[in-house]
Amino acid sequence: VNVGPRVSVPRLCFAVLALAPALLGVEHVFGQGPATALTVLSRDPRRAIPVTVVGGQEMVGLDDLATSFQVTVRDESGALTVSYKGRTVVLTPDQTIVSVAGRVISLPSSPVRIGNRWLVPIDFISRALGGIYDARIELRRASHLVIVGDLRVPRLTLRQEATGNGARLTVDIMPRANTAVAQDGNQRLTIKVEADALDVVFPPGQVAGLIQGYRSVDVTTFALVLGPRYASFRASTQVADASSSLVIDLIPAPADVPPPPTTTQVESVAPAALAEPPALATLGSGVRTIAIDAGHGGDDIGAKGADGTTEKVVTLAIARKVKASIEARLGVRVIMTRDDDRRVAVTDRTALANNNKADLFISLHANQSFRSNVTGTAVYVASFEDGAVDQPGLVPERLPVFGGGIRDIELVPWNLAQIRYRRQSEILATAIAEQFRERVPLAARPIDHAPLLVLESANMPAVLIETGYLSNAEQARLLGSADFQSLLAQGIVEAIVKFRDASTGFVEGAVR
Amino acid sequence: VNRGRTALIASLVACAALFVWVLLVGVPRWYGHTVPATATPAAATTEAIPAGRKIKARLFYVAEEGTRLSSVEREVPYAAQPVDQAREILNAQIAPAMPPLISAIPAGTALRALFITSEGDAFVDMSRDIAAAHPGGSMNELLTIYTIVQVLTANLPAVTAVQLLVDGKEVDTLAGHVDLRHPLGQNTHMSGEN
Repeated sequence: VNVGPRVSVPRLCFAVLALAPALLGVEHVFGQGPATALTVLSRDPRRAIPVTVVGGQEMVGLDDLATSFQVTVRDESGALTVSYKGRTVVLTPDQTIVSVAGRVISLPSSPVRIGNRWLVPIDFISRALGGIYDARIELRRASHLVIVGDLRVPRLTLRQEATGNGARLTVDIMPRANTAVAQDGNQRLTIKVEADALDVVFPPGQVAGLIQGYRSVDVTTFALVLGPRYASFRASTQVADASSSLVIDLIPAPADVPPPPTTTQVESVAPAALAEPPALATLGSGVRTIAIDAGHGGDDIGAKGADGTTEKVVTLAIARKVKASIEARLGVRVIMTRDDDRRVAVTDRTALANNNKADLFISLHANQSFRSNVTGTAVYVASFEDGAVDQPGLVPERLPVFGGGIRDIELVPWNLAQIRYRRQSEILATAIAEQFRERVPLAARPIDHAPLLVLESANMPAVLIETGYLSNAEQARLLGSADFQSLLAQGIVEAIVKFRDASTGFVEGAVR
Repeated sequence: VNRGRTALIASLVACAALFVWVLLVGVPRWYGHTVPATATPAAATTEAIPAGRKIKARLFYVAEEGTRLSSVEREVPYAAQPVDQAREILNAQIAPAMPPLISAIPAGTALRALFITSEGDAFVDMSRDIAAAHPGGSMNELLTIYTIVQVLTANLPAVTAVQLLVDGKEVDTLAGHVDLRHPLGQNTHMSGEN
């Protein structure tokens, strides 16, 4: 594994502790490359542990760990022991297997001796030391942080984009935390996060005249440096189970003329329209086709309740009600992945939506739990493995086309198409959950995330609705009733209207 | 004479009844008490190697709330190689769970094969029962899949992701929901650790 320098953006980690004012004002914990030291965040003052790269592995010295974590290290009779309060880790030179308080684990590489020092892979800290320590130890490889104890150190991912005449900053916060945005003169907006420290990467570049850059203010606050075109801002927060997103829209002065080259504008939007959400009558261009997917079908009956209610029947009944309601109320085109009792492959369902250029994809299912006490409706958004999100291939490529010439063709990996719609899907899921809240019992986690096959390839905002649990007798009875199915259908259609109302920003900013 | 013959017949009947009772009730009860092999899934596995070295492993079962997994610590036989250790841990995991534990692995599921790549991906080939006997529902499917993912990634640092195969083949899903076309990494959300 090549761990050579590859970080191209300034990375700031604010270490800190609400109870340690002496640390306030210390901002840059580290910065320029993955081979730099690890920073230990705890209730004690922060400290650094040097990192050495050996054979492609990032290693730390046992002597440094002894100092930082107050552990005792002994090198005797061919074995290394690391002890803390009576608990011991035993390492053997040339072995990746390590005994941690009697339990065997393995590390990516064996201990290495350099001079009179023993080095171990940095994973040793969380996997081995964490097993004998009296506080939780979390290693964040990417940001070179070691978090000791129950500190709240959310990861912040910032995305800035030009939106028509304005600009938008989206801050994804994982795990979720409350934020406060304040204007500090006309020079900057300060964003304070309710946490002990922040793990944040600032995006490079600027948005002409509105966003000039970022800087840290204190360990839990950073500032967005405003440009001369700035007039006001709007901030909103979407909470999605484990994470939250803070969206800040920067609105330029009314007399401001939009800079020509920054972004492609769908249409010229009057400044007044930006200040208030557009009326429904002026929209409609954002959602023209909706794909409704009735889960399972044919010999694939899906889940089954004790009373014989089957998932395939429930989903088709609700899908038909949703279709009828959308067509009657919104007058947009509805595609059904199945309109009768037949088996349709999961990937064919998404393909149908993609090939018909649907603007929304809603998959309907009924759930089943090994425990019959579980109840409630939930809306799922696709989740992806960390590596998938970072894959290249989401940018246009210049290719020769039929008939001659060259065109920019957008090559999107089929199974990753949903990645760029995750935020819109999250908004749609939130809108549906809100409508359901007024109508049907919600699950403990009304919005959830999972690597669901039918969503991953959807080239549009997409959600999967688990309408209830057939494993619960009362829920099975409800799911089989036309009244309950109508309530669900009403909630879905109402949410589509709300989503469409709020979708102008997405239409402008979409890559499609 | 008749009284003696009657007594003899009565004795024979009693002996026969006793024999039948011992055969049908006593012996099963005796073995039921003396072979507590199913006290825990791990115990069932460790019975086979009573003198073997053991390690503690975290096995995962359906949590009380029914939408996450919770772990219990069990002893499983020690193996020197990660792949052998993974096999021991998985066999302990798929063994029938004793109440009140509820396993998300369908009964009858067997481990067919397992290997671990140098990148830390474990390929776990399960018998077709894991799909054929699955009760369905995305929640159950998530619980089943992440039972296997969690038990390997939580116990074996050599494993960072797990791809599930069924009956020797790659599959799209187990029950129509979760994408199994690539290895899945640890999910602390499902295991209730965040």
